[in-house]
Amino acid sequence: MNGDLRRQSSSPRVLPYRVTAVVVIGAGQAGLAMSHHLDRRGIDHVVLERGEVANAWRHERWDSLRLLTPNWQCRLPGFRYAGPDPEGFMTMPEVVDFLHGYAQKLSAPIHTATRVLSVRPAPGGYRVVTDAGDWRCRTVVIASGACNLPVVPALATSLPTSLHSLTTRDYRHPGQLAEGGVLVVGASATGVQLADEIQRSGRPVTLTVGEHVRMPRRYRGRDIQWWMEASGLLDQRFDEIDDIERARRLPSPQLMGSETPATLDLNALAALGVQRVGRLVGLRDHTLQFSGSLAAHCAAADLKLGRLLETFDAWASHRGLDSELAPPERFPPTRLPASPRLSLDLARGEIRTILWATGFRPDYSWLHVPVLDRKGRLKHHGGVAEAPGLYALGLPFMRRRKSSFIHGVDDDARELSDHLVGYLAGYSHDCPANDPGDSSEDGKGENRLAQGGFPCRNRMDASARVVLTEGD
Amino acid sequence: MQTATSIQVDNGVNVAALLGAREALAQAPEAARFTWRARCDWVNGTHSHATIDGYHGLGEEQHHKTRFTFDADHPEVFASEDHGPTPVEYVLVGLASCLTAGIAAVAQHRDIQLRSITATLEGSMDIQGILGMDSDVRNGFEDVRVRFEIDADATREEIEALVAQSQKRSAVYDLLTNPTNVTVSVA
Repeated sequence: MNGDLRRQSSSPRVLPYRVTAVVVIGAGQAGLAMSHHLDRRGIDHVVLERGEVANAWRHERWDSLRLLTPNWQCRLPGFRYAGPDPEGFMTMPEVVDFLHGYAQKLSAPIHTATRVLSVRPAPGGYRVVTDAGDWRCRTVVIASGACNLPVVPALATSLPTSLHSLTTRDYRHPGQLAEGGVLVVGASATGVQLADEIQRSGRPVTLTVGEHVRMPRRYRGRDIQWWMEASGLLDQRFDEIDDIERARRLPSPQLMGSETPATLDLNALAALGVQRVGRLVGLRDHTLQFSGSLAAHCAAADLKLGRLLETFDAWASHRGLDSELAPPERFPPTRLPASPRLSLDLARGEIRTILWATGFRPDYSWLHVPVLDRKGRLKHHGGVAEAPGLYALGLPFMRRRKSSFIHGVDDDARELSDHLVGYLAGYSHDCPANDPGDSSEDGKGENRLAQGGFPCRNRMDASARVVLTEGD
Repeated sequence: MQTATSIQVDNGVNVAALLGAREALAQAPEAARFTWRARCDWVNGTHSHATIDGYHGLGEEQHHKTRFTFDADHPEVFASEDHGPTPVEYVLVGLASCLTAGIAAVAQHRDIQLRSITATLEGSMDIQGILGMDSDVRNGFEDVRVRFEIDADATREEIEALVAQSQKRSAVYDLLTNPTNVTVSVA
C-alpha cells in the first residue's frame, strides 16, 4: 500500500511512519467503543491518546463531580456496570476505573501519551502526526471529545486583575478559591453544581442564569434518566429532529449526581441563599451588567419542564405503567428574586472570584482538513464528516440525543463502523494505491472485507510495519 | 390532521417566506446585516418630528412603501404642549409591537389560529432621575411590565409558550434587557 510513496534518501528529515486502516483519536468512552466495533469487524486500527485512558475524566473535572447518569445506565458495547449500587452515581475515580476496565478488554493497541499534532489529507487517506511518531491511515475517527477548550466570553479579558478568574476545567474544590463572594457564570449542570458546592463552603454565590433546562432528579419514583431512556427520548435521531443545530446547542440539564439523589434546580439554590441574576451581558469600567431577562428564561424553562413531564405521563399511561409508578406530580414554578440585580460593581469587593461555567468546545486546531464551518465547528452528517473517511464520535446529539452520554456511544459507534467498513471496501475497489501483495495473505477468519487490500489485524500487525518517507 | 389544520390556520404571516429567508441567509450571512435608520427634526420646545424611510438590508438600500412620520413631545404636566407621545412611550410601542409580531409568527409556525392579541404595557419611572434630583435614581424605566390577553385555538400552556418564544426572538426585548453600545456625535 506504500506504492504511492516516494522514498527520498536525500531528504534531510527522513521520518518513519506506521500504517493502519483506522486511526482513532482519543481513548475516552467514544474511542474505546469505536475500537470495540472495529475489532469485531476485524478492521486494523490504533487508538491514539494524548494522556491516559479516560484522560479528561481523570484530569479535567472537579473533585466532587459524579456522573449525571445512574450506574445502571453505565454501559459500553459488551460491558456494563455490575456493582452493588445500580441507582448510585459514579465518582470520577470510579468512572476512570470503569473505562480502564473496559480498555483492558479491548485488543487493539492503545497508544497513550501520544498527542496528535496534525491530521492532513495524504494520498489514499490521512497522515497523522503525533509527538510519538507518524501514522498513515485510510480513515480517521475523531473521538477526542466535545469539551476540550473552555468557552469564555470576550469581556473576561477586561476584568480587573484583582479578581481571580478561572474556568470549570481548572476548578477542583472550593478551598482553592479566596474567601468572599463568587460569581458563577452559567446555570447548566456544571454551573448549578458548583454554585451549590461553593455556597455551602461559606462563599456567597451569585449565579448568572440564561437559557437553561430544568429537570427533577427523580420523577414518579424513577430517576429522570430512566424516563428519558425508557420513553425513547434519548434514542431520538438527528435526522428526525426539526432543528438539529439548535438541539445540539441545548445546554446540559440542571442535574447532579450525588450520594443520595437530589434535585438541584434554581429553587433549591435560592433556598441555600444563592443570588440569581440574569445572563452576564456586559462590563462597563468595573461594573458587570446582567440581562433583565431572568424572568423570561425561568418561565421558558418551567414551561419546557411541564411539557416534558406531560410527554412522560402520556407515554406511561399509553404503556399501562401508571400502576407501577407514583402518581404524576408538578413542580412549583421557579421563584424569582423580587427585583433581580442588573449590575454589580466589582470595585466594591463583594465578588472575589469569577468562575466561568460557560461551556466548552472541541479543539480542532490540529485538524488540517477543510471540514470546519465559518465558526470552526465540524461539519458532519451524523458523525460522517464532509471529507472521505473522516468520522467524529461522541459529539452532542451527533446521531441521537444520547450521543454524548457514556451509554449513548454504542449505537453511534456501531453505525459509523458499518459506514467506515463500507467506505474501506469501496475504497479498496477504486484505489490503485492498494498493494495487491496484501490480499494474497487474505482469506482468514473474521475479515469481512474479503475484497480488501488494506491491512487487517488477522493478516499482519500493521502497527509494526514501518515505512520510510520524507519529512514534513 | 396536522395538514388539515395547517391549511386552515391563517394569521397573515408568511412562515414559508421567513423559513426560506433563513435558509438563504445561512448561505449568505452578509446579507443578514441590516442597518435601521431614523431622522428627527426639532420643531419647538420639547416637540420633535421624526421620519422613517430607508434602511439597509439584504446587501442593498431598501425603502418602506411609504415614509412614516412621528411627533414626539412631553405632556402638559411637564409644561410642554403634548403634540405627541413621550419618547419613552414610543419605547413601549416598540416592545409591544415587536412581541406581538413575534407571537403571530410563532403561532403560524405552530399551526395555532389566533383571534385576538392585546398587549397592555406599563413602564415605571421615578422622574427624580431625569430631573437630576437624586443620583441613585436611574433615568430610564425601573421595570417594564407587559400583559398579553390572547384569544386563540390553543391551551393556556401553548399560549404561554408562544409568548415565551416571542421574547426569545424579540429585538426590542433584547434591546431593553441587555446593554447596547450607543455612540452620539456632533456632525
